[in-house]
Amino acid sequence: MLGREVLPLWMPWRLARLLHNGWRSNYLRPTMLDRIDQQMGTLRTAANLRAYRQELLASNIANADTPSYKARDIDFKSALDGAIAGRGAFAMARTSPRHLAGPDGAAFSNAPHGAQVLYRTEFQANVDGNTVNMDVERSAFAENSVQLESALTFIQQQFRSLQTAIQGQ
Amino acid sequence: MSLFNVFSIAGSALTAQSARLNTTASNLANADSVVSADGKPYRAKQVVFRAMPVTTDGGVGVRVAGVVDSAAPGRMVYDPKSPVANEQGYVEMPNVNVVEEMTNMISASRAYQTNAEIMSAAKTLLLKTLAIAQ
Repeated sequence: MLGREVLPLWMPWRLARLLHNGWRSNYLRPTMLDRIDQQMGTLRTAANLRAYRQELLASNIANADTPSYKARDIDFKSALDGAIAGRGAFAMARTSPRHLAGPDGAAFSNAPHGAQVLYRTEFQANVDGNTVNMDVERSAFAENSVQLESALTFIQQQFRSLQTAIQGQ
Repeated sequence: MSLFNVFSIAGSALTAQSARLNTTASNLANADSVVSADGKPYRAKQVVFRAMPVTTDGGVGVRVAGVVDSAAPGRMVYDPKSPVANEQGYVEMPNVNVVEEMTNMISASRAYQTNAEIMSAAKTLLLKTLAIAQ
Protein backbone atom coordinates (compact mmCIF):
# COMPACT_ATOMS: atom_id res chain seq x y z
CA MET A 1 0.00 0.00 0.00
CA LEU A 2 2.71 2.43 1.01
CA GLY A 3 4.81 1.53 -2.02
CA ARG A 4 1.95 2.42 -4.34
CA GLU A 5 1.51 5.82 -2.78
CA VAL A 6 5.17 6.67 -3.06
CA LEU A 7 5.29 5.97 -6.79
CA PRO A 8 4.52 9.20 -8.69
CA LEU A 9 1.50 9.38 -10.98
CA TRP A 10 3.58 9.98 -14.10
CA MET A 11 5.08 6.49 -14.00
CA PRO A 12 4.31 5.25 -17.53
CA TRP A 13 2.34 2.16 -16.49
CA ARG A 14 0.17 4.13 -14.10
CA LEU A 15 -0.57 6.74 -16.78
CA ALA A 16 -1.49 4.00 -19.20
CA ARG A 17 -3.88 2.42 -16.73
CA LEU A 18 -5.43 5.77 -15.86
CA LEU A 19 -6.09 6.53 -19.53
CA HIS A 20 -7.53 3.08 -20.06
CA ASN A 21 -9.79 2.91 -16.99
CA GLY A 22 -10.71 6.53 -16.32
CA TRP A 23 -9.83 8.72 -13.35
CA ARG A 24 -12.08 7.41 -10.60
CA SER A 25 -12.34 3.82 -11.74
CA ASN A 26 -9.88 2.56 -9.17
CA TYR A 27 -11.92 4.04 -6.38
CA LEU A 28 -15.29 2.88 -7.68
CA ARG A 29 -14.40 -0.72 -8.36
CA PRO A 30 -15.55 -2.85 -5.42
CA THR A 31 -12.73 -4.54 -3.64
CA MET A 32 -12.87 -8.00 -2.16
CA LEU A 33 -13.58 -6.57 1.28
CA ASP A 34 -16.50 -4.56 -0.10
CA ARG A 35 -18.02 -7.74 -1.49
CA ILE A 36 -17.60 -9.53 1.82
CA ASP A 37 -19.15 -6.55 3.55
CA GLN A 38 -22.13 -6.54 1.17
CA GLN A 39 -22.64 -10.24 1.68
CA MET A 40 -22.56 -9.91 5.45
CA GLY A 41 -24.53 -6.64 5.45
CA THR A 42 -28.03 -8.11 5.32
CA LEU A 43 -27.30 -10.68 8.00
CA ARG A 44 -25.67 -8.05 10.16
CA THR A 45 -28.70 -5.76 9.86
CA ALA A 46 -30.99 -8.68 10.62
CA ALA A 47 -28.97 -9.61 13.71
CA ASN A 48 -28.97 -5.98 14.90
CA LEU A 49 -32.73 -5.69 14.49
CA ARG A 50 -33.29 -9.02 16.21
CA ALA A 51 -31.13 -7.89 19.13
CA TYR A 52 -33.11 -4.67 19.33
CA ARG A 53 -36.40 -6.59 19.28
CA GLN A 54 -35.01 -8.74 22.07
CA GLU A 55 -34.51 -5.56 24.09
CA LEU A 56 -38.10 -4.40 23.45
CA LEU A 57 -39.55 -7.79 24.40
CA ALA A 58 -37.43 -7.82 27.56
CA SER A 59 -38.87 -4.37 28.37
CA ASN A 60 -42.40 -5.71 27.93
CA ILE A 61 -41.75 -8.71 30.16
CA ALA A 62 -40.02 -6.56 32.78
CA ASN A 63 -43.08 -4.28 32.89
CA ALA A 64 -45.67 -7.04 32.99
CA ASP A 65 -46.96 -5.68 36.33
CA THR A 66 -46.50 -1.94 35.72
CA PRO A 67 -49.82 -0.06 35.65
CA SER A 68 -50.72 1.58 32.31
CA TYR A 69 -47.59 0.30 30.57
CA LYS A 70 -48.21 -0.31 26.85
CA ALA A 71 -46.43 -3.25 25.22
CA ARG A 72 -44.32 -2.36 22.18
CA ASP A 73 -42.72 -4.25 19.35
CA ILE A 74 -41.28 -3.76 15.88
CA ASP A 75 -42.48 -5.36 12.66
CA PHE A 76 -39.27 -7.17 11.81
CA LYS A 77 -40.02 -7.66 8.10
CA SER A 78 -40.80 -4.04 7.35
CA ALA A 79 -37.88 -2.88 9.53
CA LEU A 80 -35.45 -5.09 7.59
CA ASP A 81 -36.95 -4.06 4.25
CA GLY A 82 -36.61 -0.41 5.23
CA ALA A 83 -33.04 -0.87 6.43
CA ILE A 84 -32.00 -2.64 3.20
CA ALA A 85 -33.69 0.00 1.03
CA GLY A 86 -31.98 2.68 3.14
CA ARG A 87 -35.29 4.26 4.09
CA GLY A 88 -34.84 3.88 7.80
CA ALA A 89 -31.58 5.81 7.94
CA PHE A 90 -33.38 9.04 7.02
CA ALA A 91 -35.79 9.38 9.89
CA MET A 92 -37.10 12.87 10.53
CA ALA A 93 -35.16 14.85 13.13
CA ARG A 94 -36.91 17.29 15.45
CA THR A 95 -34.81 20.43 15.42
CA SER A 96 -37.31 22.51 17.38
CA PRO A 97 -39.48 21.60 20.35
CA ARG A 98 -42.47 23.03 18.43
CA HIS A 99 -42.17 20.35 15.73
CA LEU A 100 -44.68 17.56 15.84
CA ALA A 101 -43.32 14.19 16.92
CA GLY A 102 -43.29 11.44 14.32
CA PRO A 103 -45.81 8.61 14.36
CA ASP A 104 -43.56 6.60 16.65
CA GLY A 105 -42.94 9.44 19.07
CA ALA A 106 -39.70 11.19 19.94
CA ALA A 107 -38.59 8.66 22.52
CA PHE A 108 -37.91 5.90 20.01
CA SER A 109 -36.20 7.88 17.26
CA ASN A 110 -32.90 6.29 18.32
CA ALA A 111 -34.01 2.81 17.26
CA PRO A 112 -31.34 1.08 15.14
CA HIS A 113 -31.79 1.24 11.35
CA GLY A 114 -34.73 3.62 11.86
CA ALA A 115 -37.01 0.77 12.89
CA GLN A 116 -40.54 1.91 13.74
CA VAL A 117 -41.52 0.97 17.26
CA LEU A 118 -45.25 0.23 17.37
CA TYR A 119 -47.71 -0.48 20.16
CA ARG A 120 -49.09 -3.98 20.35
CA THR A 121 -52.80 -4.46 19.64
CA GLU A 122 -54.40 -5.55 22.87
CA PHE A 123 -57.00 -8.25 22.92
CA GLN A 124 -57.29 -8.87 26.64
CA ALA A 125 -57.12 -5.55 28.44
CA ASN A 126 -56.05 -5.30 32.05
CA VAL A 127 -57.96 -3.19 34.52
CA ASP A 128 -54.84 -1.14 35.30
CA GLY A 129 -54.27 -0.23 31.62
CA ASN A 130 -51.36 -2.62 31.13
CA THR A 131 -51.34 -4.30 27.70
CA VAL A 132 -48.58 -6.86 28.29
CA ASN A 133 -49.80 -10.36 27.52
CA MET A 134 -47.27 -12.67 29.06
CA ASP A 135 -47.82 -15.69 26.79
CA VAL A 136 -47.58 -13.52 23.66
CA GLU A 137 -44.39 -11.89 24.91
CA ARG A 138 -42.83 -15.16 26.02
CA SER A 139 -43.51 -16.88 22.70
CA ALA A 140 -42.26 -13.83 20.77
CA PHE A 141 -39.13 -13.80 22.92
CA ALA A 142 -38.45 -17.49 22.31
CA GLU A 143 -39.07 -17.09 18.57
CA ASN A 144 -36.83 -14.03 18.40
CA SER A 145 -34.06 -15.84 20.28
CA VAL A 146 -34.09 -18.67 17.75
CA GLN A 147 -34.13 -16.22 14.84
CA LEU A 148 -31.23 -14.23 16.29
CA GLU A 149 -29.30 -17.41 16.93
CA SER A 150 -29.89 -18.55 13.35
CA ALA A 151 -28.69 -15.18 12.00
CA LEU A 152 -25.56 -15.52 14.11
CA THR A 153 -25.07 -19.09 12.88
CA PHE A 154 -25.35 -17.96 9.25
CA ILE A 155 -22.74 -15.24 9.86
CA GLN A 156 -20.49 -17.81 11.48
CA GLN A 157 -20.91 -20.16 8.52
CA GLN A 158 -20.01 -17.36 6.10
CA PHE A 159 -16.82 -16.73 8.02
CA ARG A 160 -16.08 -20.46 7.90
CA SER A 161 -16.55 -20.45 4.11
CA LEU A 162 -14.24 -17.45 3.80
CA GLN A 163 -11.61 -19.14 5.91
CA THR A 164 -11.84 -22.25 3.78
CA ALA A 165 -11.46 -20.11 0.64
CA ILE A 166 -8.47 -18.23 2.08
CA GLN A 167 -6.71 -21.38 3.19
CA GLY A 168 -7.43 -23.05 -0.13
CA GLN A 169 -8.02 -26.46 1.33
CA MET B 1 -25.31 -3.38 21.44
CA SER B 2 -28.92 -4.03 22.28
CA LEU B 3 -28.35 -7.39 23.91
CA PHE B 4 -26.38 -5.86 26.75
CA ASN B 5 -29.36 -3.62 27.51
CA VAL B 6 -31.44 -6.73 28.13
CA PHE B 7 -29.37 -7.25 31.27
CA SER B 8 -30.17 -3.82 32.69
CA ILE B 9 -33.86 -4.14 31.76
CA ALA B 10 -34.32 -7.63 33.20
CA GLY B 11 -32.09 -6.71 36.15
CA SER B 12 -34.32 -3.76 37.05
CA ALA B 13 -37.31 -6.12 36.94
CA LEU B 14 -35.50 -8.55 39.27
CA THR B 15 -34.92 -5.74 41.76
CA ALA B 16 -38.53 -4.55 41.53
CA GLN B 17 -40.02 -8.03 41.87
CA SER B 18 -37.82 -8.84 44.85
CA ALA B 19 -39.02 -5.62 46.51
CA ARG B 20 -42.57 -6.80 45.89
CA LEU B 21 -41.72 -10.18 47.37
CA ASN B 22 -40.25 -8.36 50.39
CA THR B 23 -43.47 -6.44 51.05
CA THR B 24 -45.47 -9.66 50.66
CA ALA B 25 -43.25 -11.35 53.23
CA SER B 26 -43.65 -8.38 55.55
CA ASN B 27 -47.44 -8.41 55.13
CA LEU B 28 -47.74 -12.14 55.77
CA ALA B 29 -45.43 -11.97 58.78
CA ASN B 30 -47.53 -9.17 60.27
CA ALA B 31 -50.93 -10.56 59.34
CA ASP B 32 -51.81 -10.70 63.04
CA SER B 33 -49.77 -7.78 64.42
CA VAL B 34 -52.39 -5.86 66.34
CA VAL B 35 -49.94 -3.19 67.48
CA SER B 36 -47.23 -1.77 65.24
CA ALA B 37 -44.57 0.88 65.86
CA ASP B 38 -47.11 3.74 65.88
CA GLY B 39 -49.44 1.95 68.29
CA LYS B 40 -52.05 1.21 65.62
CA PRO B 41 -52.63 -2.11 63.85
CA TYR B 42 -50.18 -3.00 61.07
CA ARG B 43 -51.27 -1.72 57.62
CA ALA B 44 -50.64 -3.89 54.55
CA LYS B 45 -47.93 -2.46 52.28
CA GLN B 46 -48.13 -2.46 48.49
CA VAL B 47 -45.39 -1.56 46.02
CA VAL B 48 -46.09 0.77 43.08
CA PHE B 49 -44.24 -0.10 39.90
CA ARG B 50 -43.30 2.55 37.37
CA ALA B 51 -41.74 2.13 33.91
CA MET B 52 -38.26 3.65 33.71
CA PRO B 53 -36.32 4.23 30.46
CA VAL B 54 -32.88 2.65 30.79
CA THR B 55 -31.61 3.16 27.23
CA THR B 56 -31.88 5.94 24.67
CA ASP B 57 -33.45 3.72 22.03
CA GLY B 58 -36.65 2.72 23.80
CA GLY B 59 -35.58 0.05 26.29
CA VAL B 60 -37.79 0.40 29.34
CA GLY B 61 -37.01 -1.12 32.72
CA VAL B 62 -39.12 -0.97 35.83
CA ARG B 63 -38.55 0.56 39.24
CA VAL B 64 -40.41 0.74 42.52
CA ALA B 65 -41.87 4.25 42.61
CA GLY B 66 -42.95 3.87 46.20
CA VAL B 67 -44.43 1.68 48.88
CA VAL B 68 -47.96 2.67 49.90
CA ASP B 69 -50.16 1.52 52.78
CA SER B 70 -53.32 -0.29 51.78
CA ALA B 71 -56.47 1.74 52.42
CA ALA B 72 -58.62 -1.30 53.10
CA PRO B 73 -60.44 -1.30 56.48
CA GLY B 74 -59.04 -3.58 59.17
CA ARG B 75 -60.75 -6.76 60.27
CA MET B 76 -62.73 -6.34 63.51
CA VAL B 77 -62.44 -9.30 65.85
CA TYR B 78 -64.54 -9.63 69.01
CA ASP B 79 -62.12 -10.20 71.89
CA PRO B 80 -63.11 -8.26 75.05
CA LYS B 81 -60.21 -9.74 77.07
CA SER B 82 -57.63 -8.06 74.84
CA PRO B 83 -55.95 -4.93 76.30
CA VAL B 84 -56.39 -3.13 72.95
CA ALA B 85 -60.11 -3.88 72.64
CA ASN B 86 -62.43 -0.88 72.19
CA GLU B 87 -65.54 -0.13 74.25
CA GLN B 88 -67.64 -2.64 72.32
CA GLY B 89 -64.99 -5.34 72.87
CA TYR B 90 -63.71 -5.41 69.32
CA VAL B 91 -60.04 -5.49 68.35
CA GLU B 92 -58.98 -4.00 65.01
CA MET B 93 -56.69 -6.48 63.23
CA PRO B 94 -54.34 -5.62 60.32
CA ASN B 95 -55.97 -5.17 56.93
CA VAL B 96 -53.78 -7.88 55.41
CA ASN B 97 -55.69 -10.11 53.01
CA VAL B 98 -53.81 -13.40 53.20
CA VAL B 99 -55.27 -14.82 49.98
CA GLU B 100 -54.32 -11.67 48.09
CA GLU B 101 -50.81 -11.82 49.53
CA MET B 102 -50.38 -15.45 48.49
CA THR B 103 -51.39 -14.71 44.89
CA ASN B 104 -49.09 -11.68 44.95
CA MET B 105 -46.27 -13.91 46.12
CA ILE B 106 -46.84 -16.44 43.33
CA SER B 107 -47.06 -13.66 40.74
CA ALA B 108 -43.87 -11.98 41.98
CA SER B 109 -41.86 -15.18 42.09
CA ARG B 110 -43.04 -16.21 38.61
CA ALA B 111 -42.16 -12.78 37.25
CA TYR B 112 -38.73 -12.99 38.91
CA GLN B 113 -38.19 -16.42 37.38
CA THR B 114 -39.21 -15.19 33.92
CA ASN B 115 -36.80 -12.26 34.03
CA ALA B 116 -33.99 -14.48 35.25
CA GLU B 117 -34.66 -16.75 32.25
CA ILE B 118 -34.58 -13.72 29.96
CA MET B 119 -31.14 -12.83 31.29
CA SER B 120 -29.91 -16.36 30.77
CA ALA B 121 -31.24 -16.35 27.16
CA ALA B 122 -29.48 -13.04 26.50
CA LYS B 123 -26.27 -14.47 27.93
CA THR B 124 -26.48 -17.52 25.66
CA LEU B 125 -26.99 -15.28 22.62
CA LEU B 126 -24.10 -13.00 23.59
CA LEU B 127 -21.79 -15.99 23.98
CA LYS B 128 -22.96 -17.16 20.57
CA THR B 129 -22.10 -13.72 19.17
CA LEU B 130 -18.66 -13.94 20.74
CA ALA B 131 -18.12 -17.28 19.02
CA ILE B 132 -18.49 -15.77 15.52
CA ALA B 133 -15.45 -16.47 13.34
CA GLN B 134 -13.99 -19.02 15.69
